[in-house]
Amino acid sequence: MFASFILALRAAEVPASVTEYLSLLRALQHGVAEFSVEDFYHLSRAALVKDERHLDRFDRVFGEIFKGLEPPEGAPIGTIPEEWLRKLAEKLLTEEERAQIEALGGFEKLMETVRQRLAEQKGRHQGGSKWIGTAGTSPFGAYGYNPEGVRIGQDGSRHRRAVKVWDKREFRDLDEDTELGTRNMKIALRRLRRFARTGAATELDLPGTIRATANNAGTLDLHMVPERHNAVKLVLLLDIGGSMDDHVRISQELFSAARSEFKHLEHFYFHNCPYERVWRNNRRRRETEMGTFALLRTYGPDYRLVIVGDATMSPYEVIQPGGSVEHWNEEAGSVWMQRLTRHFRRAAWLNPVDEAHWRYTQSVGLLRKLMEDRMYPLTLGGLDRMTRELAR
Amino acid sequence: MAQFRSTERYVASRDLEVAVNAAVALQRPLLVKGEPGTGKTVLAQEVAKALGYPLIEWHIKSTTKAQQGLYEYDAVSRLRDGQLGDPRVHDIANYIVRGKLWDAFESETPIVLLIDEIDKADIEFPNDLLLELDRMEFFVYETRQVVQARHRPIVIITSNNEKELPDAFLRRCFFHYIRFPDRETMDRIVHAHYPEIRAALAREALNVFFDIRGVAELRKKPATSELLDWLKLLMIEELPPEALRSQDPKVAIPPLYGALLKNEQDVHLFERLAFLSRQRRGGD
Repeated sequence: MFASFILALRAAEVPASVTEYLSLLRALQHGVAEFSVEDFYHLSRAALVKDERHLDRFDRVFGEIFKGLEPPEGAPIGTIPEEWLRKLAEKLLTEEERAQIEALGGFEKLMETVRQRLAEQKGRHQGGSKWIGTAGTSPFGAYGYNPEGVRIGQDGSRHRRAVKVWDKREFRDLDEDTELGTRNMKIALRRLRRFARTGAATELDLPGTIRATANNAGTLDLHMVPERHNAVKLVLLLDIGGSMDDHVRISQELFSAARSEFKHLEHFYFHNCPYERVWRNNRRRRETEMGTFALLRTYGPDYRLVIVGDATMSPYEVIQPGGSVEHWNEEAGSVWMQRLTRHFRRAAWLNPVDEAHWRYTQSVGLLRKLMEDRMYPLTLGGLDRMTRELAR
Repeated sequence: MAQFRSTERYVASRDLEVAVNAAVALQRPLLVKGEPGTGKTVLAQEVAKALGYPLIEWHIKSTTKAQQGLYEYDAVSRLRDGQLGDPRVHDIANYIVRGKLWDAFESETPIVLLIDEIDKADIEFPNDLLLELDRMEFFVYETRQVVQARHRPIVIITSNNEKELPDAFLRRCFFHYIRFPDRETMDRIVHAHYPEIRAALAREALNVFFDIRGVAELRKKPATSELLDWLKLLMIEELPPEALRSQDPKVAIPPLYGALLKNEQDVHLFERLAFLSRQRRGGD
């Protein structure tokens, strides 16, 4: 019945399956959503979307497929009965506000204007300051900010225009391709935590059990110990200075918040591209410097390497000895990158720059190649792909 | 069949009602996600109350195993009984300890089963329950017995998003994401919980509350449950509404903020912001 809807969802990468489609149809048969597009929207969302990151895509597809579908009940917005408007207005306006309206020409005048505008207006409207619609500052419409506003079809009313609900796209923040902000930082953190934790359980404490059983004169006394988790060790290299300053705060916050979840988390800074030296504290750079060879010796291949940087620089900084902008480097950045990736077999590069812009910068392509394609955008989806890669 | 609707104590949005009714009608589990403190766990209690069914709660911890929900074979006490020569030892059924799912399946009346915070458990946990939740039956190896549900329980599962749930599991569920309520819904929630609250106090408190939530860098944004706690405190202290609107520079942060801001970084951040805004006002 709604096969094209399902196909459109799948095309938009909402992973809806046949099972879910069938359960939606069965729910419709059971009459869960009768006589209302809005209920159908809620029902199909509950049945087909299983991840809040996909809700926004679902809303978009739903809007496209069911565009122009009027709610079967309720009046089209052009023919709202006057008495209903009046009742709403009376209910919602305070004494003072009504006094203000009187000053503007009285309630009759206001209603007159409503009728006039309704007659002029065609179609749905959002924003703006004159037309009746949503989210505007016109006195007429819903979700607006005008104190003397007449609310049309907002909350609880049976005549609410259904299309609005998905048109609002309230789940945009949860879409996994939006960049990381403080709001979805927490979810990103959970991704990292999941990555850090591999199986938590209790296991038999064999020496403890033997000792306790012996103390008990042979009657069994079991002892359990919590299994060790947080087995993941991580070396974090952060690009600092220059073009990265906007992003360094976010990535740093992210990983330091996840610190307790890793067995070891070591972080170092570099500028643009890793060369022969990295440092631990950017303010006291000289004192906290460490040779990259020492880094490779100190942290074994069982560590995972995560580099955070925008990889945006002149290509010479990667491929040319002496190409660094701040010192003379004997060996090219690419040599150091190869050393790093050869040593740390599980490595990934997180790039805060939007993935769509990567191909316009030559150095991004170079470093991506050096990372064997393991460069991910600093978004929820990117973190997911990164953890999957590193968890192997 | 009884339908789930908003109750006096619990304000449910229309999409939540539809999701619950779909899960009830098709006897599929309902997976509920959302920010902490938006009433995920309370939902199960309210559904049970609305339908008039008893509620069985199974709270998941990081050490919980799927098997524990079905049954456990207590080998240790059997061994101990064997060592002590207890006659009970000859019947293995004496050492089968029933889990919550078994209780739910054997119930005489239909029930609501809450599996709370499923994401706390090991990543394989939901997979281990696939068949049991799908067919609502399981097999007890020790006693060669099949336990079958007399009535398919209404299963409500909550998750805080700490772990991704497997696709196969998700496909069998209905899903609902509880959004943070908007101002008007919040108003209704407050009045549902404290019908006797003074309108002025509620209005001022909600202003402060949404201001705090508007601060982008907070580590833990206060949620519905925190707001309700805070309001209760305000009512106990009998603070006048004006106290919340105070422009007094000494009162930088709202009274009794401990109920809203839960870590010291947030309190510091908030104090700093209040300080800055005051400076700006002073500079004008």
